[in-house]
Amino acid sequence: MKFAIVVYGAPYSHQASRSGYLFTRAVLDMGHEVHRVFFYHDGVYNASKLAAPPQDEADIQADWATLGSTHDLDLVVCIASALRRGMLDPTEAARYDKSADSIADEFSISGLGQLIDATLEADKVVTFGV
Amino acid sequence: MSQILFVMSRSPGSINAQEGFDALLMGSAFATCSVVFLGTGLFQLVDGQDAEPLGGKNFSHGFGALNDYGVSEIYCNKRELDRADLAIQDLSVPVRLLDDDEINALFNDHQMILSF
Repeated sequence: MKFAIVVYGAPYSHQASRSGYLFTRAVLDMGHEVHRVFFYHDGVYNASKLAAPPQDEADIQADWATLGSTHDLDLVVCIASALRRGMLDPTEAARYDKSADSIADEFSISGLGQLIDATLEADKVVTFGV
Repeated sequence: MSQILFVMSRSPGSINAQEGFDALLMGSAFATCSVVFLGTGLFQLVDGQDAEPLGGKNFSHGFGALNDYGVSEIYCNKRELDRADLAIQDLSVPVRLLDDDEINALFNDHQMILSF
């Protein structure tokens, strides 16, 4: 089955982020396809490469990035949500003349059309967070 | 029957409401969409709101343009409207009122549902 995953929750603030990660990993382990993971609302913070959680806590952002690179996942961050929250890739940082970028290489920035496309393409869309 | 049902269930001051509306507009460019306002999401539709003094954006003015985007089906729950002591005239756009069974049928009839 082809899944699309939508994550609304920020890491550490809500269980949504961790549950979304665990669900995504589980469906991949079971042999299903993940068409795309779309990060929206505060979910865009899952793409941060600047997080440095205490060593005895899960590194949620790094876990997403590792899962993405291991399975060649299409991890997409909504551009409008990301920009208003200070989540930038090098291109956007340069465009808006900001001093740093914050999105890990495993993620890409794109528009809401990717959410709609995922909804239309996948057999199941599973949303984490409200 | 629309392809995608959008469910708005958050209060008008929430970013979920604003970004949900953005998603609805984007969705309407790709598919036929309908939208149902449930719970505190109903208050997004109350006419005459001004979010700017609170540092918000008056995105709800865009509801009036939904028809131009092809979103002609806007639903609310009649019981929730009554409980909020609102009338259909208090809302900024024309809506179709559904009872609980009709809301359930709406969810059952759609294969694709996005909640905000």
